[in-house]
Amino acid sequence: MSLYQVQKFLYNLNRDEQIQNSFTKNKEEVLVDYDLTEEESNALVSGNIGLLYVLGVNGQILMHFAAYLKIEWFDYLQAMRDGIAEHGPVRAGIYAMTGGGKQFAQAPDSSDGEGVGDSSQ
Amino acid sequence: MSLVYAGILSHAPGITGRANLVDNEEARDEFYASLEKQRLEIEETGAEVLIVIAAEHFANFFMDNMPAYCIGIGDKHSGPIEDSEWLKIEKTKIPGAPELATRLVKSVMHSVDVAYSEEWRCDHGIMVPLNFLTPDYDMPVIPCNINCQGPPLTPLSRVWQFGEALRIACDEQSEKIAIVGTGGISHWPATPDSGKINEEWDRAFLNQLMHQDKQQLLSYVDEEVYAEAGQGGFEIRTLIAAAAAAGGRGDLQFYTAALPIFAVGCTVARFDISP
Repeated sequence: MSLYQVQKFLYNLNRDEQIQNSFTKNKEEVLVDYDLTEEESNALVSGNIGLLYVLGVNGQILMHFAAYLKIEWFDYLQAMRDGIAEHGPVRAGIYAMTGGGKQFAQAPDSSDGEGVGDSSQ
Repeated sequence: MSLVYAGILSHAPGITGRANLVDNEEARDEFYASLEKQRLEIEETGAEVLIVIAAEHFANFFMDNMPAYCIGIGDKHSGPIEDSEWLKIEKTKIPGAPELATRLVKSVMHSVDVAYSEEWRCDHGIMVPLNFLTPDYDMPVIPCNINCQGPPLTPLSRVWQFGEALRIACDEQSEKIAIVGTGGISHWPATPDSGKINEEWDRAFLNQLMHQDKQQLLSYVDEEVYAEAGQGGFEIRTLIAAAAAAGGRGDLQFYTAALPIFAVGCTVARFDISP
């Protein structure tokens, strides 16, 4: 049920500029309204895309959260890979990584898939 | 006949948001040209209203109350919900068609228990198509959603029925109506596999779709789609609904898997409208 609460918060955040403004000012205060574990709350406060991905947050909800956080595209993809490396496979939902960490789209200045965290694009 | 146009197109956020990261500018520009051709074709039909059968991504609906089908009957819609800089589409208002939309809902309800909403926020699933098809936001839009995100999902047989119900509803109206279905085929968006595309699967599906091969189209099973086409493949529902509404054979005007930065096989097609 807790994952539901994480996603419900992000759903509300992603579509409501007032909640976005409130969250920017005081993250913990906004999260009080949701029944979250400490791990989940910390992940939301710190914008830990990798952990949120592993926890099973729907990818579309998480992608919009990453956009709200102004995370560059290839950094966002790498953050999910890093999350799996640190916390293990995705635990729930339909957005599991199936490609073994392979990079399927290259940054314009990347020829071999290395350095995918480069945010200089 | 009040349905004057039916087609499909892709909607991935990268199509607008990551245009600058494309490493195959020729393919991108051909895709954009096909979308412009689609806009002109819709315009040439004299369409007064555009129905967009979309697969939204938690802009309006969540698992607290998730409709399988919903039609927007508001007098205006807003979008995008996403960061404008990220999507590279400015936030705006889109005119609706409340009276017509309500008539459509009433008609569709005879065969499909569709929900309706007077409030509609558009995410990239609708905003990217509108960015190309009605860039001045001067054409009334009726958004329709099929839940493709939060399983359990509506069966494909019901999707076909929804498309047919929309067609019947359109044919009862005096307004000239265009319908587009917008979804991905195989793709793994919003995962580390973003950019992965199963071109063979896409082309087989599109061939069935263009030939109105109802038996094959309705034989897809979500577990197999997930394995072969990713969770993004669930959005074939929007494309199948558009085909069912059209009733006629399709013309695949554009397809490429050569733009992985867009995270989807980029598609544009038009259907004949069956008598």
